[in-house]
Amino acid sequence: MSAQAILDVQDLRVEIPLSRGTVHAVDGASFQLEPGESLGLVGESGCGKSMTLRAILGLLPQPGKIVGGQVLFEGEDLTAASQGRLRDVRGAGIGIIFQEPMTALNPVMRVGDQIAEGPMVHLGQSRSEARKRAFELMRQVGIPDPTRRAAAYPHELSGGMRQRVMIAIALACEPRLILCDEPTTALDVTIQDQILKLLHSLRTDFGVSVVFVTHDLAVVAQTCERIAVMYAGQVVETGTVDEVFRSPRHPYTLGLLRSVPRFDVVRQTLDSIAGQPPDLVVPPSGCRFHPRCPYAQDDCLEGAFPLRPLGAGSGRATACIHDDACVAAVASEPVIADV
Amino acid sequence: MTIAVAEGLTESLAVEHRGGFRRRWYRTPSFVAGVLIIGTIIALCLLAPVLTSHSPTDQDLNHILQGPSSEHWLGTDQLGRDEFARILYGGRVDLRVAFLAVLFPFVLGTTLGCIAGYYGRFMDTGIMRLVDVVVAFPFYVLVIALVFALGPGARSIYIAITLVGWVSYARILRGEILVAKRQEYILAAQAAGFRDFRIIVRHLLPNVITQAIVYAMSDIVLDILAIVTLGYLGLGIQPPTPDWGGMIADGQAFLTTKWELSTIPGVVVVITALGLSLIGDGLADLLRPE
Repeated sequence: MSAQAILDVQDLRVEIPLSRGTVHAVDGASFQLEPGESLGLVGESGCGKSMTLRAILGLLPQPGKIVGGQVLFEGEDLTAASQGRLRDVRGAGIGIIFQEPMTALNPVMRVGDQIAEGPMVHLGQSRSEARKRAFELMRQVGIPDPTRRAAAYPHELSGGMRQRVMIAIALACEPRLILCDEPTTALDVTIQDQILKLLHSLRTDFGVSVVFVTHDLAVVAQTCERIAVMYAGQVVETGTVDEVFRSPRHPYTLGLLRSVPRFDVVRQTLDSIAGQPPDLVVPPSGCRFHPRCPYAQDDCLEGAFPLRPLGAGSGRATACIHDDACVAAVASEPVIADV
Repeated sequence: MTIAVAEGLTESLAVEHRGGFRRRWYRTPSFVAGVLIIGTIIALCLLAPVLTSHSPTDQDLNHILQGPSSEHWLGTDQLGRDEFARILYGGRVDLRVAFLAVLFPFVLGTTLGCIAGYYGRFMDTGIMRLVDVVVAFPFYVLVIALVFALGPGARSIYIAITLVGWVSYARILRGEILVAKRQEYILAAQAAGFRDFRIIVRHLLPNVITQAIVYAMSDIVLDILAIVTLGYLGLGIQPPTPDWGGMIADGQAFLTTKWELSTIPGVVVVITALGLSLIGDGLADLLRPE
């Protein structure tokens, strides 16, 4: 990893105190992002993906708080930044795209005004400059007839158009990093494909880095260069999408890939990972995955399981200490990651 | 991209069909009826100098307690003042006081309600305990006590109604904001790096102010009744300035012989209250989110 990663999350810990106990929503997650790179953050529901995104922006839901670790954005620790500094970074340095564009857009504000608001606040543009900027952005994200569409309210637009508006808002202040929180989950498949292609082309045009939170491995395969797999608030495996999909080195990643439906093999039932996601109030000891792991051994039950680099400088790492079991399993039945 | 264009074309039709407030208000009967009633009353009050040549305060002791005639359309009172002129000029005073007495608590209650709802914690606790204290007293008791302490007159009415009336707005706004601030678009506004003030004023208020506006319409009715009641008790607008409450009180002594002296201002109060209620009803329909 070079010293100047655009985003460097180190051992991030987020706790949410509730009446029945403290939820360890993010429990020592680490990952890095190079400028211009796109990283897929994948994992099942409740594994801390969205919490990680919100922690990066310092916008955790009450009463959650960051209890440890660092979020280095362009070398600056955001967990130690003042509220005023955070406000400057949000929008201008880091943009965010939400899952559900209907609820993430203000229902009583014209979409043009919502796009223009960021440039007025962060770039000090006048109302007319910001309006021009909004039209230009709407054209760039593929909204036809922007001068008229800018006067529409969110409920007058279709899902795909709304998500384009969200993307325009996220891009409006030319951030260096965009966080996407399942940006295509609420869209149907054809629109999803359009939006993913749009995000991909915008990434190359604008040169922004992207963190893609999703549980959809197909989306990761289509849009990301690197992947970080999260389980129970921790990153358990990371590497390039190609490497991780071809030869997973953590049993959880292997389980995820095996449970993707395939067209080339006829099966009666879908493979799934046995057991339930762990309760994050009392997470399992040792490796968080051991109660569900088919390869678990006695030494998995105790101790810490930090990411262990596999080969120097490759950026490939796994938290599993018995990853040779995965290698053997893939050797006997390959995971054809042609998703 | 072709799909996007096609999508855009179908949507352009939808945009044309936008049914906002401007295009629907005349299709809401209660709103139209209310606006007509209140519009007529306001027009009559504003046109008072044109509609009658009599002064509302000039006494004519040779012609007291006369019935309706071509000279005095609604007769004269016990001091020979023209009843019709007093109704019109009294309306000017009462309506102005009522609207202002709604505006002040509306602004104060909205501000405090927003602060309590948005910031929560000790801000919320502090403001809402204050609300509890005010709510513990019946509205009229507190208003009358305050006006009594401050001395009669329009200024005292503004102060008393503001101090007592803001609590309703604070409660409405706090409740609405508690719900609205959990919406994702508020998180999105925070994630866009906007200041709290901008988020409250530009993003939250337009979404929640409707309830307060609708309530304000019924509040004006309440305030007119309060002003009239205060006038009746001698704590309101002071003579010789005409005011509907004072007229009802003055006419009371002649109820058996000249019943119209009290009844006509009473009916005007009822009609005004009806008109405002209809507007409030209509607004509730019109401003309801789709």
